[in-house]
Amino acid sequence: MTKALKINKSTEQGVIDLLKFLLENNKVKGVFTLKKINKNKAIAYSIITDPDELKDAVPFYPLMPVNGGKLLSRFTLKGSTKKPVIAVIKPCEIRGFVELIKREQGSLENLYIISSTCGGVYPVKMSVNGDLEKIISKYWDTVKKGEISPDFRSACKGCEEFIPYNADMTIDLLGKNDFDKQCIIYLNTKKGEELIKGMKGEFLEKELDNKKLDKIRDNRKIEKKKLFDELEKKMNGMDGLIEIFGKCIGCHGCSKVCPICYCKLCGFESFDFEYKPSNYETDFRKRGGIRVPPRTLFYHLGRLDHISISCVGCGSCEDVCPVDIPISIIFKKIGESVQKMFDYIPGKNIEEDIPLITFEEEEFAEVEE
Amino acid sequence: MKKDKEFMPKILAFLCNWCSYAGADLAGTSRIKYPPSILPIRVMCSSRVDPILIIEAYLSGFDGVLVAGCHPGDCHYQKGNYYTRRRFVMLKKIFEGLDLDFDRLRLSWVSAAEGQRFARVSTEFTEKIKEIGENSAKSKIFL
Repeated sequence: MTKALKINKSTEQGVIDLLKFLLENNKVKGVFTLKKINKNKAIAYSIITDPDELKDAVPFYPLMPVNGGKLLSRFTLKGSTKKPVIAVIKPCEIRGFVELIKREQGSLENLYIISSTCGGVYPVKMSVNGDLEKIISKYWDTVKKGEISPDFRSACKGCEEFIPYNADMTIDLLGKNDFDKQCIIYLNTKKGEELIKGMKGEFLEKELDNKKLDKIRDNRKIEKKKLFDELEKKMNGMDGLIEIFGKCIGCHGCSKVCPICYCKLCGFESFDFEYKPSNYETDFRKRGGIRVPPRTLFYHLGRLDHISISCVGCGSCEDVCPVDIPISIIFKKIGESVQKMFDYIPGKNIEEDIPLITFEEEEFAEVEE
Repeated sequence: MKKDKEFMPKILAFLCNWCSYAGADLAGTSRIKYPPSILPIRVMCSSRVDPILIIEAYLSGFDGVLVAGCHPGDCHYQKGNYYTRRRFVMLKKIFEGLDLDFDRLRLSWVSAAEGQRFARVSTEFTEKIKEIGENSAKSKIFL
């Protein structure tokens, strides 16, 4: 059984109270969370140090402006702050962060992590023009019932990993009928238990309702299959790929927001990647014409090669795509098939090596010819 | 290429310096016949072959890509070829997921003493590619 803290307030208020308690008692120096930026109601990740500022915090807002894992990596890239910081992020953001830590792009030192069972998020574009604010009350109903809204990011619709790994505290949210009356915080680690000492509330021994969550997972599985089948129809060898990626404008936005794409100097954007006149001439001769800029498909295949092993399926890539290529579904589908082969769930276990930097002597004999 | 001529595939072969390249060399010095389809590139270790290179070769129109290294356990750098194998499996899976011809990729272990085997691998692979036909990426404009 896991220890849990029950607070008789709405979940969002309960968590904000907890964060306030931690800040006021100097247990943490900062709170990394989603926050309303006053006037225009824009929402962004911020690190809050003043307890009064917490009134604008919206820790469970269904939005992922940038993958929080990527942001935490930038926050801890050159070392950790001396005083601890607590971060409230979504399950896939933790997984992204853990994958980055495995690549030495951050650390968990002096960092506490709170997460919740995640109902899914909306595309960023919806928050920009204010549409999201209008339907936010409807969203909470969807979460209560554990349903999938058609407006969600497509990656979220088919997400099965909505229970956080590696979080110090897990908030019960998804499929919880009374989350507007009661807040339950599960304390998964000793670190978390230590931190929360002195907080007002009722301590329980409790587990997440797995039956309920399994049912939600089954629904998501069905939805995922639908998305994958739809994609499968478009896949048709080289011609299919050209059709899917043909509209790519080469902005490389998908790699900019991807939590796993961490290189500061990307090979695909380097001087060496550019074609020389002789390259163009070869292609003129060979193909009788060429798409400009060239090598778009190479970029996407190359990214698949780099990312698929660790893709956490957060859907940020598709979110920023100006031409609506279903990148997140492609990456999720191929990522899952690759990860399954190595029996690897990215971001699940921080001690586990990335499959490509380790091996077993007897394996995969079927590919040797 | 004239139509009446038989299709001779172009195969890019990444051969590891210590085993497969020496194996290919042995095939040559022993005058064992193998098809002229193979274009060898010598690399210090098969694990030096970034999957990106294979993807690029495929997209620029090579009909097949062969990666050859020392037998497992015999790597000059102790364990390079084990990494190669994992990367290769991953790449094949990606090709499979995208509905591309993953049969155009081949991983083989050829030791320095196996001139015969190198000739056999090249012949087999060439025959297989001949069956599959030309790589359609060769003539696509919108890549």
